[in-house]
Amino acid sequence: MSGASKPIAVEAPKGLAARLRDPRVRGVLFQILAAAAFAALIWFVANNAVANLQALGVSTGFDFLNQPAGFDISFSLIPFEPTDTHLRVFWVGMLNTIFVAALGIPAALILGLTMGILRLSPNWLVTRLVGTYVEMVRNVPLLLQIFFWQAVIWTLPPVRNSIAFGDAIFLNKRALYLPKPLFESGMWFVIVAAAAALVLAIILSKRQRAQRDATGAVPNRWVVPGIIILIPAAAILLTGVPWSWELPEAGRFNFSGGIQIPDTLVALWLGLVVYTGAFIAEIVRAGIQSVSKGQQEAALAIGLTPRQTMNLIILPQAVRVIIPPTTSQFLNLTKNSSLAVFIGYPDIVAVFAGTSLNQTGQAIEIIGLSMAFYLVVSLTISFFMNWYNRATALVER
Amino acid sequence: MRAIGIAILATFIMVGTAGAQTLDEVKARGYLNCGVNTGLAGFASPNEAGEWEGFDIDFCRAMAAAIFDDPTAVRFRALTSQERFTALQSAEIDLLSRNTTYTYTRDVSVGVDFVGVNYYDGQGFMVPVALGVTSALELDGARICVQTGTTTELNLADYFRTHDMTFETVVIQTAEESRRNYIAESCDAYTTDISGLAAVRVTMPDPDAHIILPEVISKEPLGPVVRQGDPQWTALGRWVLNAMITAEELGVTSENVDELATTSTNPNIRRLLGAEGDLGSQLGLAADWAAQVIGHVGNYSETFERNIGVDSPLGLERGLNALWTDGGILYTPPLR
Repeated sequence: MSGASKPIAVEAPKGLAARLRDPRVRGVLFQILAAAAFAALIWFVANNAVANLQALGVSTGFDFLNQPAGFDISFSLIPFEPTDTHLRVFWVGMLNTIFVAALGIPAALILGLTMGILRLSPNWLVTRLVGTYVEMVRNVPLLLQIFFWQAVIWTLPPVRNSIAFGDAIFLNKRALYLPKPLFESGMWFVIVAAAAALVLAIILSKRQRAQRDATGAVPNRWVVPGIIILIPAAAILLTGVPWSWELPEAGRFNFSGGIQIPDTLVALWLGLVVYTGAFIAEIVRAGIQSVSKGQQEAALAIGLTPRQTMNLIILPQAVRVIIPPTTSQFLNLTKNSSLAVFIGYPDIVAVFAGTSLNQTGQAIEIIGLSMAFYLVVSLTISFFMNWYNRATALVER
Repeated sequence: MRAIGIAILATFIMVGTAGAQTLDEVKARGYLNCGVNTGLAGFASPNEAGEWEGFDIDFCRAMAAAIFDDPTAVRFRALTSQERFTALQSAEIDLLSRNTTYTYTRDVSVGVDFVGVNYYDGQGFMVPVALGVTSALELDGARICVQTGTTTELNLADYFRTHDMTFETVVIQTAEESRRNYIAESCDAYTTDISGLAAVRVTMPDPDAHIILPEVISKEPLGPVVRQGDPQWTALGRWVLNAMITAEELGVTSENVDELATTSTNPNIRRLLGAEGDLGSQLGLAADWAAQVIGHVGNYSETFERNIGVDSPLGLERGLNALWTDGGILYTPPLR
């Protein structure tokens, strides 16, 4: 037939059968079915586990968290008695793990950064020494390294022959004993004054920088440090030095009182920092080498010193290559702290997933709680690192 | 879809009824899975040839002898105090013979059954002689090595609380690590069952430089453990232990068991060794199961003296662990 044919109006499909043929509708439907099947599987597995545990005579549920623990924990940041509950054991273990991770991550980062930069030094001896450190540390299992550091610490004298610094500080193979500051009521004023000084210093330094950018005049460098030191110092003098010291006292067997830094904590920290630092050193080296050499040559050409080149030109560009693998290393450090159980440091695995599990027999609940803890900590660390990565990202054209 | 449903259902059923068939599974497998200590001299430790030897090991071998007439039909799994009950609950092992204390919590809420007590013990302390301590009551403020997840940890806290003393703990996983910490003077005292203290003292570089303090601060009835939910298996374990003790009562040893099986006229001995009566089939075993146990492993006093008795390096007296007719408290129900 000739002539223009009428355009065919295509209407949206009506009716259920037609709707089901629509790929979008099918997609959503299958996703709902898959989610429901997954939820049903989880529900079935959980139910099965509970039924079988009850048939075996093992108690289930989280009531054990309210039972008294009955055992003592040697190091804890919050007060702990053997009559406290298993829930408090969980908190103590949690805080101990977070404590060693919080001490370890900055130290490992600093060590790794330093070693990574040194590895690229033009000095042949330095390069080789750092290279040896990295290869040795990376290839020996972490647990052996932790035992090694503990053996090194055990070369210190025994308790009865402690190295004493005056009457206040004692060092022996079991712990480093420091005096503990006991704060009196005037301390509040000092803390408030210090916080105010900090805020003032931040505001002032921003003002100074804006002024320098606007007028080019170099501001007085002593104003900001002066504020940070003098204002709290004045507050301390005004309130009459509001603290006293609790000194460690020698008993028949041990020292009591004061702050104790146990050998297990130091051995674990040293092991973790040295081990993770070696990995971070290699990551830093890779990041620095990823910055094109032209940047360094251009920087030197316009008269920047090598240190300024590193700090202002190379490292900022290397950082975005360094951050994702370093995040993994931080997570590794946190999880590797669970090796504490082998040297007697009471982290969460040793104390909660170890002693509590054995005393109550409820493996599934306790391991589940411990896993949830590690998951939350790791997610927090990686969330913060990703935020930092985005915040310092270079905006390219 | 149907196949998946049936498979899931089958898994449910299999897991649900696994408990009632331990003896059949062990017989089908051909050997017994036995959980033991990682290394405790006299109770469970590998000898120079790498074979496991010890008082608890002998009980595993006795069970294997009762089932298979072969004391070597056992595979040993070394377990720390942390993982011992989980291994038993999840059927990785059939029998836990690991100087485990019989307590209310373990009996009731951990899903295990104790087949009996093979060693009545108590908890004590070991200190270096150089410390000058002669009684546990002088340990106020001391640092004490203890193994994690044991009744020892709990008893220690209770004892010091009752006597209003303070203490610090160094909590470790195995006896070997506790020993390492104790020798390095990371702790002042070491606490565990007195039999365990004797075992560790034997392995010290200078055993006489350490003393075990006289105070016994708790009851520690040690015994083998099986999973709950299989009464036949529990009864089997219980009666293998009772048979070994009964054999000592009746004077049956590994030397004379064959002779007595044929020539004895004592009805108790005849029933024990299967010459009379039909005790074995009620447990699913051969009629001469007890004779096999005693022939291959020995009676209770033989295993005791061989591993931990006065002539062994541990040098432990029978004490409470003697027969009730000898001043101890071993008293078994009659085998009839």
